[in-house]
Amino acid sequence: METAQTDVKGTIKDYILREFLPGESPDSLDDTTPLITGGVLDSIATVKLIAFLEERYGVQIEPHEMNADYLNFLPDIASLVESRQAQS
Amino acid sequence: MSTLSALLRHSAQTYPDRPAVEDPDRDSVITYREPEARSSDIREKLIRHGVRPGDRVGIYAPKSAGTVIAIFGILGARASYVPVDYGAPPQRNAGIFEDCSVRLAIVAASLVDGFREAWTGQSADTLEDLGDDLLLVRGVDPGERHAPASDGEASPDEVAYILYTSGSTGKPKGVVHTHKSALSFIDWCSEVFEPVPDDRFSSHAPFHFDLSILDIYVPLKHGATLVLVGEEIGKQPLRLGPLIAERRITVWYSTPSILRLLAEYGRLDQLDCSTLRFVLFAGEVFPVKHLRAIKKLWPEPRYFNLYGPTETNVCTYYEIPSDIPDDRTEPFPIGYECSGDRAIVVEDDERAVAPGEQGELLISGGSVMRDYWNLPERTANAFFVDADGTAWYRTGDVVWQSAENGYIFVGRRDRMVKRRGYRVELGEIEAALYRHPRVTEAAVTSVPDEENGVLIKAFVTLSNGSRPSLVEMKRFCTEQLPSYMIPDRFLFHDSLPKTSTDKIDYQRLKELA
Repeated sequence: METAQTDVKGTIKDYILREFLPGESPDSLDDTTPLITGGVLDSIATVKLIAFLEERYGVQIEPHEMNADYLNFLPDIASLVESRQAQS
Repeated sequence: MSTLSALLRHSAQTYPDRPAVEDPDRDSVITYREPEARSSDIREKLIRHGVRPGDRVGIYAPKSAGTVIAIFGILGARASYVPVDYGAPPQRNAGIFEDCSVRLAIVAASLVDGFREAWTGQSADTLEDLGDDLLLVRGVDPGERHAPASDGEASPDEVAYILYTSGSTGKPKGVVHTHKSALSFIDWCSEVFEPVPDDRFSSHAPFHFDLSILDIYVPLKHGATLVLVGEEIGKQPLRLGPLIAERRITVWYSTPSILRLLAEYGRLDQLDCSTLRFVLFAGEVFPVKHLRAIKKLWPEPRYFNLYGPTETNVCTYYEIPSDIPDDRTEPFPIGYECSGDRAIVVEDDERAVAPGEQGELLISGGSVMRDYWNLPERTANAFFVDADGTAWYRTGDVVWQSAENGYIFVGRRDRMVKRRGYRVELGEIEAALYRHPRVTEAAVTSVPDEENGVLIKAFVTLSNGSRPSLVEMKRFCTEQLPSYMIPDRFLFHDSLPKTSTDKIDYQRLKELA
């Protein structure tokens, strides 16, 4: 559902802003912001994000998904979580 | 055995069928006879394309059995290898290769276009396909005169490798090590860890990081197996734990950051890593609560704190006691001299301090570097030569000597910090920030941080216009610096505080933040 997707993405965006971009305006982070390749999420931040997603949404991120191919953009992260939720 | 090449040759003769290098990423295992034969092949190609004794050959590729073989090919040609961080901006790597005028470079096929674009010298043509996704590429003509290529063995005083580390003025500097200085450390490892052919060593560190010297040469010296841990998987605790268990690693060597990640996120309680006999760590202080955590999950191995800047490799060591009292918070000592080195602690005027007093740690002996590549003044400043003519390397680390536990690390004298074990000169970050078209002033400071070890803050003044976002600044930084050098915080000011001599007042900045 459209609303659910926005909620997931919005929550993830809030988490990233709060944890890794303190003081940043929410406008700076949008669907096209490269999070990993753009230096917003380094390797440790990525691990923390994954732990957050797994705990908050009760999903399992597969080891092969823990990189820029799956986690570089907000919509991709939200889709990953959504599709994992749909499976369980 | 007095050269690194001799180590491989000896093992190839003694253990031809034992596994030498395993590459889980590519699902491959090669036995000792292979690297010996294939590196000879590479050696011949290098010589055919002009490599002479004393030349430098760059390596710009992820770790693989192919790059290990390439290293021995280079050493076999009596040249030295210059490994770079393939994840760093291509300009930075090209700059390193230019700095030491590599005659040739071995570049991963997937990275060669980016490299060529950044290379400002004559065209970096592909000369050969070396297999394993590696290409041999033209570098520069160093313009040095040498004896023609010889079949002879390198002398131990010849340069084996140059490792570039962060430079405070913005340009990385090359730490030059000979076969002799490398072996001074490696031979000590043989004594203290007593490796056997059944040992399986992890290779977690990238080859441009000096932890790799132990990783590559110690197992190969003893007919043991080197298990490569790819750079990507090395940052993912959920994949790293299973790899350590499945590959039955017996000796693990990494920075404390990685061990901490494994303890916190690696789900180690679900894995059997009982093959581990040694856990070695180096590169930064290991907060005791995190050390305690990994020891709880992996109680059986012996743990060693290894200390030493790239300039000396490991020069002191300390074995962690098997029981750590619950209330201990004080980090463990850096311990006792090793690798054929001696240590002294001096005050500003280079006089030895009274026992137990704080001062700068100076190191002299077998494992100390030859010099910084082509930086005679920097090199001279880095050493203190005493009345007997002995040269002591100034580590820049403040320590004191305890009565029973060797040297205790206190902190740095200067503007260098460790991030995930990597050296970060705050000055190098400033130099990068100044390359931003709108930055007029930049000052970078660091504060210790409970969570992350260290927090790097960049204070910046801009020319007119709207303030860039944090996201934009970080993105700019990824184009200039390796990821571990990107500041955690950016603070924008109209102007930065100055001292009476008009220099940036770092003290005030630290107070402001």
